[in-house]
Order: sequence, then structure tokens, then C-alpha cells
Amino acid sequence: MLRRIAPQGGIAGVTLYFEGAAVTVPAGTTVAAALLQAGAASFRDTAVTGSPRGPYCMMGVCFDCLVEIDGQPNRQACLTVALNGMRVERQRGAALLDPKAGEGA
Amino acid sequence: MTAGRHQLVVVGAGPAGMAAAALAARRGVKTLILDENPGPGGQVYRAAETAAAGAGVLGPEFERGKLLARDLRSSGADYLPGATVWRLGKTGDLATQDRLEVGYSAHGRARLIRAPHVLIATGALERPMPVPGWTLPGVMTVGAAQTLLKAEGMAFEGAVFAGLGPLLYLAAAQYVRAGVKPLAILDCTPAGNRLRALRHLSAAFDRLDLLRKGLGWLGEIRRAGVPIHRGVTAIQARGDSRLRSVTFARGRGRRTVLETEHLLLHQGVVPNTQLALAAGCAHRWDMSQLCWRPEVGDGLRTSVPGIRIAGDGGGIEGAEAAEHQGRLAALAVLADLGIISEGERNTLSGAHLRAVTAERRLRPFLETLYRPPDALRIPPDDDTVVCRCEEVTAGEVRRCVRLGCQGPNQLKAFCRAGMGPCQGRMCALTVSEIIARERETLVARVGFLRPRPPVKPVTLGELAAMEADG
Repeated sequence: MLRRIAPQGGIAGVTLYFEGAAVTVPAGTTVAAALLQAGAASFRDTAVTGSPRGPYCMMGVCFDCLVEIDGQPNRQACLTVALNGMRVERQRGAALLDPKAGEGA
Repeated sequence: MTAGRHQLVVVGAGPAGMAAAALAARRGVKTLILDENPGPGGQVYRAAETAAAGAGVLGPEFERGKLLARDLRSSGADYLPGATVWRLGKTGDLATQDRLEVGYSAHGRARLIRAPHVLIATGALERPMPVPGWTLPGVMTVGAAQTLLKAEGMAFEGAVFAGLGPLLYLAAAQYVRAGVKPLAILDCTPAGNRLRALRHLSAAFDRLDLLRKGLGWLGEIRRAGVPIHRGVTAIQARGDSRLRSVTFARGRGRRTVLETEHLLLHQGVVPNTQLALAAGCAHRWDMSQLCWRPEVGDGLRTSVPGIRIAGDGGGIEGAEAAEHQGRLAALAVLADLGIISEGERNTLSGAHLRAVTAERRLRPFLETLYRPPDALRIPPDDDTVVCRCEEVTAGEVRRCVRLGCQGPNQLKAFCRAGMGPCQGRMCALTVSEIIARERETLVARVGFLRPRPPVKPVTLGELAAMEADG
């Protein structure tokens, strides 16, 4: 279990949703830390064998913490700061190329 | 961000990058510093300005990061956090002053900029520790746990720390100070390392303070009643959808099982060479540090004109040396730009050069004592995953070598090792060492996995919407 050791200092919290469940963390927390705090171990299933993976390096190197954030796949949870109302989903297998996703880019 | 071109682009806001950018900007160089993290500090001073855990937990050294960050903020350098650099190379136009091109993405937008000088200050990353089961959720690096402690003030209950190196003991001591007792420390330092390290001890006497600090960490861990198992081999992580237990052996003894949901691995750090390799900077295999390191000369110059490397990205020397190297690089840029004379550069560089040399004295001792054993670098078990992205095992790599594969770049075509999103950051060293062992040749002969731009993933949408300036 991940335990918070430092006082939260009365900083305003932000609430994101992981697989639909609300997770409230202090402002500035990364998505990866928020998910770990919520007790999640697995963030995604691999594209090759479908095995579960969670964050390994927490510094943007290993790409094992990839999640879907607000419909956008392949986001590095350890480099993304949690924002109010963010919808985070586990990434299952390879990210699909949604033909609609590219239109607005 | 101010408009117009920059004379110096610094990649990475750790000790080397922060010190270099601040010094250059104060002397009037238009400086841009790009960093992936939300705030300055790099990994060693991660979240320097906002650290959730205090000095009581992190130790007095962490305060240094706050000073560097403050110096950077007030220096006038343009500092862009949340920026990922995915390309560095020559513009191809040698006549132009802006001989280098830097591609980066920040906040969903990609940009391509040109500059005459680039300082790579990308620091180090932890040497991957491929043991059976290391891909299970719940297995992380010790550095990852430290990041959670520094930036978020969070610690794992009942974690097992395994491997070797100063960071293993420092992080465990920080956990003890934070009141979160590790379940056990599994020390994998081979007994032979201690004997071999002894002959480097006299050179290390200059830095007895650091040795004393290390012993202090061990004392803190012991006094807290955390079991330290020495001479540990054959670590295995076991579980289903997540880690459930860790098993290990000691000497020829029976296997011990520890039930835990958190295994933290560490076997030292290696230079993060991805950007330098992609830019074509010459590298050599360092037999002592067991990694690729760029050829860096006077003024921290690399083989590519205009590109310099300061800090651990140029070879592991530690955070203090990184800071001095950053300043040395900045002084060399000032001289190149004609802001100071060569004579002034030499005068101003003196103290920093002496500091770097002094820091270096302890290295042979540390490198010998904490040299990772072969079995942790070249997995003996064929089923151990080596390339985490493409899920290629050590046995598969060996099979490809027997089929005639000569090196890591050819291996990509054989089995996709190194072709996933991490671009070989997690497997390149292991793959080169396995191939060399299998071919009974030197790693230097086998060569390195060439990273290709973009060295970090960038979306087509970002590229399509790219603005270029010159």
C-alpha cells in the first residue's frame, strides 16, 4: 500500500476518475501517483501478450505506465499532472487508431 | 516564452542543466532550458521547489536543489517545463550560425527550433535490473520509490529493497526516517567486490565524509530493525496480476520467500545517452561503469560541433560534479560567443575543474564495490524478459545470436527487441551485453542500439501542427 507521509498542507485537492471511481489527491500530484494511491497496481495490458503492467521507473523512461486520459491513449501517467475531472482508463493492448481522433489535430 | 532565437538550448533541468542555464543567462546569453518534468530539479532534486517530504526525510543535500532552482528562476533564462525533446541534430546547413536543430513537444504542441549551442544535461537513469518477474505490477525501481517520496510524499508499506549501490541504502534510510519501515534489504553485492574495492580505498580517503555518510545510512536501517540479507542471488518476483512474493537465495542455502506487494530494484545508474547517440555524438564502452559514455573533451565538447554534455549524461560522476560541469560548459559557451576571452574562461574554470577532479577520486572505489554481478546484467534464465516493451526474453536474444545475429541493430529485425516505445532505454545495455557474451567478444565490438528520431514518441497530430522558427 502507498502511504502518504507528508501532511497535505491544506492545498486544494483535485479529483480525477480512474475506471469511473473518484480519486482525490493534492494539486500537483501526477496521474501515476494518484492511481497508486488508489491502490491500482496494473495500469495497462501489454500489446504483445496482454500481461498486466504498472509504473516501473516513474521518470518517463519505461513507458509501462501508459493510460488513456480523456479518450487519448498512450499518455505517460508518471509525467502527467492530475487535473480536476480527468477521466483515466486502463489501456488494454495496443492503442487503436480511431479514425475520428485525428480530424481535429 | 520570449520570442526570437536562443543562443543556447539546454536539455534537462537537473543540477548540470540548472547551473549551466543560470550562469549563461546571467552573462547575457539568450538561453532556453527544456525539461520533461513539471518543475526543476531533475531526478536527484526532483520537485526541488515543491517537495512534499522535508529535509528531515530527504537529508540536507536536497537543499542544494532548492538553491539551484532559485538561481535558475532569477537568472533570466527561458525555462519551459513539461517539454519533451524528441530530436537533436545538425541542420545540414554548415554555413549558418544556427547549426543545430532541436525538436520538442510541450503541452500538445511540437516545435522545431535552431540554435548554435546545445547542452545535453539529460542525466542518468537506473540500470535496468532484469530478474524473473520484473515486469509484474508492483516491481519498480528504487529511484521510482524515491520520486514518489520526494515529489508526492508517499511511501510503500512493507517494501523489499533489492540490488546494490549507494542509492539503495539512501532510499531505505529515507524510508526509515519517514517512518515507513522496509520489510527487508536484499544486498546483491558480490563478496569479491569488497576485496577488489579495497585497493581503491586510499584514493577515496579524500572523501571520507561521503563514506561516513553511507555507513550512517546503513546504521539508520539497522537500528530500525530492518533485516539486511547479504550475498543475495537469484532474486525472483512472483505473482499473478500483481506482485505477491519475492524469493531469493544466499550462497548455496535454500531459497527464502518474502511476501510483499512492492519490490524496489536498483543496481546503480548509467548515463541517459539516447539524445546524444541520436545526434551522432561519439561514444565508447566504459569497462568500469559498464555502459556507453560519450566522448567529452575540453569545455564538455562532444564530437558534434556545438553539442556539449554536462552531468551524469556524460558518465556517472554524481550531482555535485554535475553542477560544476554545467558551469564549465556554460563558460565554454561564453568564450565561444566572445562574451569572455579564453583567458577569462581558464581563470573562471579553475575552481570547477578542481571540484570535478576531487569528486572523481571516490568513483573507482564505488564503481568496484558496486559493480553489478554478471547474473544481474546478463540474465542466466532464458525465460527472463529483457525488452519490456516487445516482451523479448534473454533466451530469444541468445537464439537470434545463434542464428547469426551480430549486433543490437540487426537484432531489431530478428525479434523486435528495442523497437517499442521506450526505444531501448530499458533493454539496450542488456541486449549488447548478452550478444557480446554469446559471441564471446567485447561489448565495444557488438556496438550500441542506435536510437532514431523521434527519440521520444510524438503524435502525428503534433507534427502536422508544428511551427518552425529559425
